[in-house]
Amino acid sequence: MSSTLPAGGAAFDPVSKSAKRNMINPPPGNAVRRSPLADKMFAWVAQGAAWLTLLLLAGILLSLIVGAWPAISKYGLGFLTSTTWDPVKNEYGGLVMIYGTVATSLIALIIAVPVSFGIALFLTELSPTWLKRPLGTAIELLAAVPSIVYGMWGLLVFGPILATYVQQPLQKAFGETPYLGALVSGPPVGIGILSAGIILAIMIIPFIASVMRDVFDVTPVMLKESAYALGSTTWEVVYKVVLPYTKAGVVGGIMLGLGRALGETMAITFVIGNFNQLDSLSLFQAANSITSALANEFAEAAEGLHQAALIYLGLVLFFITFVVLALSKLMLVQLSKNEGTKT
Amino acid sequence: MSAVMADVRLAKFKRRKTVNKVALVLSFAAMSFGLFWLFWILWETIRLGLGGINLATFTQMTPAPNEAGGIANAIYGSFFMVLLATFVGTPIGIMAGIYLAEYNVKGWLAVTTRFVNDILLSAPSIVIGLFVYAVIVSRFKSFSGWAGVMALALIVIPVVIRTTENMLQLVPAGLREAAYALGAPKWKVITAITLRAARAGVVTGILLAVARISGETAPLLFTALNNQFWTSDMSQPMASLPVTIFKFAMSPYENWQQLAWAGVFLITVAVLGLNILARVLTRNKN
Repeated sequence: MSSTLPAGGAAFDPVSKSAKRNMINPPPGNAVRRSPLADKMFAWVAQGAAWLTLLLLAGILLSLIVGAWPAISKYGLGFLTSTTWDPVKNEYGGLVMIYGTVATSLIALIIAVPVSFGIALFLTELSPTWLKRPLGTAIELLAAVPSIVYGMWGLLVFGPILATYVQQPLQKAFGETPYLGALVSGPPVGIGILSAGIILAIMIIPFIASVMRDVFDVTPVMLKESAYALGSTTWEVVYKVVLPYTKAGVVGGIMLGLGRALGETMAITFVIGNFNQLDSLSLFQAANSITSALANEFAEAAEGLHQAALIYLGLVLFFITFVVLALSKLMLVQLSKNEGTKT
Repeated sequence: MSAVMADVRLAKFKRRKTVNKVALVLSFAAMSFGLFWLFWILWETIRLGLGGINLATFTQMTPAPNEAGGIANAIYGSFFMVLLATFVGTPIGIMAGIYLAEYNVKGWLAVTTRFVNDILLSAPSIVIGLFVYAVIVSRFKSFSGWAGVMALALIVIPVVIRTTENMLQLVPAGLREAAYALGAPKWKVITAITLRAARAGVVTGILLAVARISGETAPLLFTALNNQFWTSDMSQPMASLPVTIFKFAMSPYENWQQLAWAGVFLITVAVLGLNILARVLTRNKN
């Protein structure tokens, strides 16, 4: 916007009529010419910083591809569908970790989306004004808690409680039922896909909820008031007016949460159990995710194929999150574009 | 006939009211659900963390299993790496933010950078660790404090870019125009007027970035690694609070777990404190 402003000198013309002023202030031309170098340098540095950000992304991609190359050239895309992960025999496939990452993120979304919607609804329509800010802050603080704290709490506090009060009763109730029984088989020790999914859900709720709250807030008040005036209940206003209006933004927020869930490392590493086999679909089964495999194995991995395979996993993760986050961003941009045309 | 119609309408009205009530109760439940986790985690952190803290925690090095000790080297390492990373990352972030908000706002470079930055903001931090490993650690054949600083700085940059840009955009155009009208060159306008007007917001961004990297573990795992001893030699592996917590929490030793809880308490207090401070700063501004 500032680039369209006139250059500094133009404004001096009316003033220059006064001879006295002219003696105090330097002639207009000089004021502009005095620091072209500083001006240019500053612009270069700013532009350089922007380039650096772009290069950072390119550098990450490039270094991952280079690092993963031994594994890529050996396994190709078959890496993504193979379940063997055997550092002893030097044989690698990523399906177990990819499955773990996707399964935990899906569980997290299933829990987090309705809860976040409820929170956004509460914050925008129900909460008294004086409570909005503290409650919103409290939910956002949930996002600020470091993931290692979630991890340790999940492993030592939440896991045992989940095992005793949720997993064991579920196993008793559904253990014999076909299909459902398979989901709840396995040792109910509070470690595995389910606990990782629940903790991920808690971690992404603040991201999804705050995006939803923000987009709900941009719904024109006129629209909502019209609906209320026609006799709609609060729920109907939110579900039939606000939600359709902000659809793109809501999906964008959910994608943002998904992106976060896919890339979350420490919390999952603590509770997923780091078990490199995929022999049942049980939610209670210890498993592994891309991020926790990297966190656990990378520093000790021998250079060569093991390390390359891990970097290949990192590349897959980066690619998936990149696509998800890019979609999220596009959705959110779309909402703000619509906003411009309708108001 | 009309009595039946009225009944039907009344029934429908009642159903709508019930649906509404159920939805609102569920919404309230969702809110309580969110707060429940926050308070539970905070409560356990305080309960288990505060008990493990004493003077030794701050003065002694990380101990061997089942020996007394503290986490002084981890606290120092974390503090030092976060400090350096902030010094490295902040200027780059602010300059890039200035470019996005003040130069060529709609140009392709700005649009692309904004897009890429938003993705980097949420990109998995462990991938940043992989990148720094490939670029620095594997080249110099050694884990080092510098590599840790580099990884953390790369996380600082997107956070600072985002807040700087947003805050600069809030500065009224009239301020800039007035400065230009006085003949100030662009860099002067930016440094002395717009950046100064957006100061509180920019500082908030820096605080949020510091809070974010203080708790980051994943990018340090294979850059700074860990160190059992005190070191201020940045070319050596360096201990940090999160990595120490990770190592100790996963161990079966009672005293290590206790120290891990103490570390968790310190880190949570620091991170949440910074977040709240950042919020207070922007609220006063508004």
